Amino acid sequence: MDSLARLGATVTDAIAGIGRALAMLLGAIIGKPTPRKSWPLFVQQMYVVGVLSLIIIVVSGLFIGMVLGLQGYTILVDYGAEQSLGPMVALSLLRELGPVVTALLFAGRAGSALTAEIGLMKATEQLSSLEMMAVDPLRRVVAPRFWAGFVSMPLLALIFSAVGIYGGYLVGSGWLGVDEGAFWSVMQSAVDWRDDLMNGIIKSLVFAFVVTWIALYKGYRCEPTSAGISKATTSTVVTASLAILGLDFILTALMFGG
Amino acid sequence: MESRKSHIFVGLFVVVGVLALLFIALRAASGSTVTAGETYTLYAKFDNIGSLKVRSPVKVGGVVVGRVTDISLAGEYYEPLVEMEISKDYDKFSETSSLSVLTAGLLGEQYLGLQPGFIDDTVGTLEDGDTISDTKSALVLEQLIGQFLFSQGEN
Repeated sequence: MDSLARLGATVTDAIAGIGRALAMLLGAIIGKPTPRKSWPLFVQQMYVVGVLSLIIIVVSGLFIGMVLGLQGYTILVDYGAEQSLGPMVALSLLRELGPVVTALLFAGRAGSALTAEIGLMKATEQLSSLEMMAVDPLRRVVAPRFWAGFVSMPLLALIFSAVGIYGGYLVGSGWLGVDEGAFWSVMQSAVDWRDDLMNGIIKSLVFAFVVTWIALYKGYRCEPTSAGISKATTSTVVTASLAILGLDFILTALMFGG
Repeated sequence: MESRKSHIFVGLFVVVGVLALLFIALRAASGSTVTAGETYTLYAKFDNIGSLKVRSPVKVGGVVVGRVTDISLAGEYYEPLVEMEISKDYDKFSETSSLSVLTAGLLGEQYLGLQPGFIDDTVGTLEDGDTISDTKSALVLEQLIGQFLFSQGEN
């Protein structure tokens, strides 16, 4: 009987958690738009979330593109198909690695910071003080961070893919001697604007939504102690990474499986 | 001043993101309309189209002149009917032109090869909506092997 009660409590907790997270999100993004007040907050968060993540995205994109070029070449050259290196690098970056690796890095770099920041605001009762001053913390603290994450991650994913393709080109064409014209022209005929590029962007929009939402919710609902903040930050990275990988499978099956 | 600096960086960030999109769109991807500009439609009936797909190229001597836009079964006997769009730049194909389903390389994609026919006073050119009647079907490996085995058995 006890174990049945525990099972029931777990399920109720999980559903209540989803409900609270949804309520937080709706409270943050629905309401009268106040561009004059919220635009500077949004830009400030774009800087913290997007611009400061740029370096890790560019460096890892370059290296992942170069590794793809190197690994792809050693396999393709056995079949005399090293001309197909371009589409291999471009398709794997645009369809999979661009959105997914960007989202994972973003969860580690920016998501954990969002959780820790909001968690500390809660622990030091800054959020309650805002409410005391009749300022809605959802609109003032959560909303600009959400929009900044939602807008900046697709941009980061595009930069990641572009830099990665260039890295693959550097290794494939500059070092290993794949013909430059063939590299780009075979890539162009294989990569479709709508099927590959747009689906990659849709993927990164979904990941941006989920990662930012999880990070903000974990921070907003964390236990207001130092142990609670550290637990919430860890939980953000773990939950967001699992959500990204699970969603990626579903999205890939929907987009490219049929 | 601090906020102005972050404004500039955010602006730069967005510009770089848009540049990345342009780079991918222009350099790495191709639009779905390879035959840009005006096109006209031709039809052709085949016995067997093999693994020809919508968007497969139509080539004349290796040069892409159009794309397959639709594949369906038509008529009383359910014959495969291929609809294709040919660029208006090439609108003087003779009515005696023939189409065949060919394969790029040994294992490559299938495409339509258009063989222009002779031009004479007595034959007209293909117009929008015309059907090419002289077609050759795809080679199906199983049928080839079957024929080979059959002819071996006779000897």
